[in-house]
This record gives sequence, C-alpha cells and structure tokens, in this order.
Amino acid sequence: MDANDLVASVRHSGEVAIVDLVGQLDGTAEKTLASAWDATGDAPVVALNFSESTYINSTGIALIVGLLGRARSAGRTVRAFGLMDHYREIFDITRLSDFMEIHGDEAGAVDGLAANV
Amino acid sequence: MSARAGVLRRFIGRRGTQIRTSAETAPARRDMEVAPVDIAPNDPILAYFQGATGAVDLESLHLESPARDALLEAGVRIVVPLITQGELVGLLNLGPRLSEQDYSADDRKLLDALAGQAAPAVRVAQLVRQQESQARERERVEQELRVAQLIQQQFLPRELPDLHGWHVAAYYRPAREVGGDFYDFIELPEGKIGIVVGDVTDKGVPAALVMATTHSLLRAEAPRLVSPSKVLERINDLLVDDMPPKMFVTCLYAVLDPATGTLQFANAGHNLPYVGSEGDTLELRATGMPLGLLPDMSYEEKSATLRPGDSMLMHSDGLAEAHSPDKEMFGFPRLMELVGEGHGGEALIDHLLKSLDAFVGAEWEQEDDITLVTLQCSSGFVSQTGAMESDDDNRVLMDLQLPSEPGNERQALKKVAEAVQELALPPAQLERVKTATAEATMNAIEHGNHNDPRVPVGVRALIEGNDLVVRITDAGGEDILARPDAPDLEAKLDGRQKPRGWGLFLIESMVDEMDVASDGATRTVELTFHLKGDANGR
Repeated sequence: MDANDLVASVRHSGEVAIVDLVGQLDGTAEKTLASAWDATGDAPVVALNFSESTYINSTGIALIVGLLGRARSAGRTVRAFGLMDHYREIFDITRLSDFMEIHGDEAGAVDGLAANV
Repeated sequence: MSARAGVLRRFIGRRGTQIRTSAETAPARRDMEVAPVDIAPNDPILAYFQGATGAVDLESLHLESPARDALLEAGVRIVVPLITQGELVGLLNLGPRLSEQDYSADDRKLLDALAGQAAPAVRVAQLVRQQESQARERERVEQELRVAQLIQQQFLPRELPDLHGWHVAAYYRPAREVGGDFYDFIELPEGKIGIVVGDVTDKGVPAALVMATTHSLLRAEAPRLVSPSKVLERINDLLVDDMPPKMFVTCLYAVLDPATGTLQFANAGHNLPYVGSEGDTLELRATGMPLGLLPDMSYEEKSATLRPGDSMLMHSDGLAEAHSPDKEMFGFPRLMELVGEGHGGEALIDHLLKSLDAFVGAEWEQEDDITLVTLQCSSGFVSQTGAMESDDDNRVLMDLQLPSEPGNERQALKKVAEAVQELALPPAQLERVKTATAEATMNAIEHGNHNDPRVPVGVRALIEGNDLVVRITDAGGEDILARPDAPDLEAKLDGRQKPRGWGLFLIESMVDEMDVASDGATRTVELTFHLKGDANGR
C-alpha cells in the first residue's frame, strides 16, 4: 500500500453516517470507497469528510459520481464537507455540487444547515 | 649380463633442471624401490655425465658431488648416461652384479650399446609427454577464457537505455585474455540514470568474478544512494575486505538527469571521461582511489551540464593504451583530439575504432579489453515533441521524463509545482496548474503510452512571454484528442453513461488555452496559463 493511498473510516452521528477520507482520492481508491459505503449501512444521510483528502483527480471524481448514483437510486442523501477551495471549484465545474450539499464543516453537514457555503 | 636389479626408474630432465633418479639395489632390498635421488642442476656430476663416453663406475669417480654420494648410498654402482644429440636425457643406474663380480668389458660394451638405443627413445617419450602436458595446459587456459567470457557477457547490458533527447551508444570488445572491463546503465528515481564504466585489474576468471561482484553491488546500492560519491564509498567499503590480493577496481560512476542535462559524477581511479563540445574537448575531473584497495575512502563528487550537441565519452584503457607496430602508444591526447572532432553516439565510436585500426595495423593483437560508452545530447531535441520548433526565446523552468506507470502523474504535479514556485502564482491558479498537469500526464500515461513504463512521458514547463506553458508529450502519434463536451452528469448518475470521462473536461476548465500537436510519432498537449505580470521580470 502506498503511503498516500486513501484510508476511509465510517462513524455515525445520529442518522448521519460520516465517512472520513484521508489521503488521495483517485481510481485506486475504488475498493476502499466501496467498503466504506457499505459500512454506512442504511443511514439516510452520508457525509463525506474531505478535510484530510489531499488530492482528488478525475478518476476520484468518477468514484464520487458512482457513489452519488448509488445514493440516488436508494433515495439517500450525500453531503460533503471540508473541501479545499480548489476542489470546491472542481465540484462546481463538474456540477457535483448540484447533486450533493457542500458544507463548510462537520456540524453543518450533520445538521444539514447552511448548505453550499 | 645380470645386474643386481639395476634399473632406470626415472628419466632425467633437460640440462639445468633438477634430476631425480632411483634404483633397486642390494639383495636385501631387491624388491624394494628406493626413494628417488635428486640431482641438483649445479651438481658437477651432471657435467661429468654429459662428457662421459660410456658407463661410469661411481666408486672410482673422485668428485665432490652430493649426487654421487646419494647414488652410492642408494646402492648404485654403475651409471650409464643416456645422451642423444649431445643432450643428457637420462641415466641408466645399476647396482652390483648378482654374481658380486665386477662388470666386465663386455658388460660395459653391452650397456653402452643399450644406452645408445635407449637415449633417443627416452627423448621421444619425453617430448610426447611434454606435448601432452602442454595440450592439457592449453585446453585449461582456453576453458578458463571461455568461462571468463561467459561471466563477462552475462553482466553486460542487453539493451541501451532509451532516453528522450539523448543518444546512448556502447561498445565492448574483449581482449583474448579477457580483462575485467564492464559498463552498465542503472535506472534511478526521478527519471535519472546511472552510467558506470569500470575495469578490474588482472585478467581471466578472477577478474571476471570481481567484476561480477562489483556490478551486482552497484546495481543494489545505486538506486538507494543515488549520489555518485556515496555510491562509490559504499561499494569500496563492501569490496575492500574480500578483495583478492593485488586486485582492485577502477570505476567511473555518473548520474545523468536527462531532463536537464545535469551530470553528477565521481571517479575511483578510472580514466577521465571526455566531453566534446563546440570543437573542444573537456576532461571531467574528480579524484578518488580505486575500489577495494583501502578502507574508508571518500570520493570527490563533481557536476557538469551537457548541452545540446555535446558528446561525452567514457572509456577503459584498451583504446588509449593500444600500441602500434612501432611500440608507440595510441595515447590520451590523441583520444581527446578525436572526441573534439564533433562526432557523437555511434558515429563517435566508429570514428575512434577506425582511428585505432589505422594506428595499430592489421597484425595487431588486442592487448586489453576495449570499452566505450558515449552519451550525446541531441541538438534541438525539444522540437521532437512537434509542438514547437525552438525554445530559444523562452525560459525553461523544468523538463522531466517519466516512465508511463499509473500514479506517476503525481510526480509531474510535484515537479511542476516546485518549478513554478518562483512565479508566486495566486493559490487558486497554482492549484489549477497542478490539476491540469496531473490530468494531462495521466491521460498521456494511460491513453498515449498505454501504461508502458518503457515509453516515457515528457513534461516541460516554460515561460513564453506572459504565459506559463506546460507541455506533456506522449507516443500517441497522430491521434489528436477530440475536444470534450461537458460530461452529462445526469446520464452518469442514472447509469446511462460510465462515471469516468472527466479528464479532458477538467483540463480545459483549468487552463486558459489548450492545444494539441503531433509530429506523427509523438503527441504534445500544450497547456497555457496567462500570467498577470511579466514572469521574466521585464
């Protein structure tokens, strides 16, 4: 395993499953991300924590699109928080932010308040 | 004639060699062989036997001779010298007669006649045995040469490194008695390459084995330590305890960064490398003791930059120390002059070998291994990308070659970020530069070069007027990338399209301009970022 490979862990806060993403999010993180998604169980809201995610590329974007697709078909909500400004820009350019709420911090993501700050 | 068991047991060697002989004597010891008697080469008895005209009665021979005493002690009474063509080739030694009477005149005549016939036969036998022994020795030497050659060949590189913008050539010709020359190319981190030329003192199998050991140690240590002086220090420490007596290794180790032309080098007592540049020849000097001589050696490390058109020669003794029929040495000054004549790569090697052939003549027997490694920076190689004719008016910030392996785009990102640091770009623009570079490199690795690590991706960053330009070159040939439409996210989320396919769209979103060019073999994606101020400080 590369020192920069993504490590994903899941914790719960009420009905929100928080997925902490540490490391770089690229195509190599597919299995890690899929396992983390499975570990969120049937929590109606999943919050992706990007505050320790150092690098996201187009193949990482594709993985997030895959998660969003699964959430959409299951009627679940996906939120994101802790994004660097640059990746926030990318989420806007790719229109990901049209399909997931972007929050500044964990509290906002858990409460679902002040979305798209 | 009935001699008391007097027999010639051992024939005698040529004059000047030590002679050993033995006899069976005395009735009590009739069936016993006595120990051979050694006759020293300077024993006067040899000269006496040489001049004798017949059988010699030892007891009546008054001579200060240790051999005489020893022969008498062994029971020998009469010695008949075996002489053929004036050369003493053996002795017929006889003890007392069984009848205990003296040898008669008839006996002596018979012995003389016998000696006259036996001597040529003994000489023939000696020559046959000598030839058999020489043939065995020749076969042993040939076999050793074959083994040495086999070892040597096992450790020579099977192919030359393919460095974008560089022409690498190598030549190795072993002498009949294979020397200990070797050369190697070692892949190093960050696209650098280690180049080794070495020579083990001595010849044959021992030299080949030391060469093999040194080669293996270099392969193991070079990628870890990189720094040429550190590598040589380490190899010296590893070799010194187990080096056979009177052997050592001279070795030149250089590390080339193909992206910049920077050459770091250290030298363990090897011939200085030469650089031909604009009609001159420069020596690359760095001092250091040969490997394996003394413990705890340190090596001077120097660096040089090879510019387009420059040609470097690394070489062993075999060429410069070749001799003409008049015993004149080819010499280093002549070699330097040839390097300065503007040839490079294989053309330089051909040029040197033709000069050598003319110098030594047709009858020359090669004295030592000849190893030549040349490295030439292609003039104007930058234009091979097809994206530009010349970068003369621009300022190159970095130039990098990466193996096409997934994940290497992060190296490109890192190097470009380091290179543009001096521009103090706004943070958002810096991030866009990094993302666009990484995406374009990833595209080149996967689609242009099909993840083949042998095919490099070139990444070059430069300032063009008020623009930062990053060029990514792959082997995609004429396959010009189609301009991407904005991906349909709805379709991807619904599963009507695959989730992937964001790369080009992201690149275009990050840059101010994007162009794609091809020269038929390579494809270059050019990313342009407008800078607010004048990046050249004008």
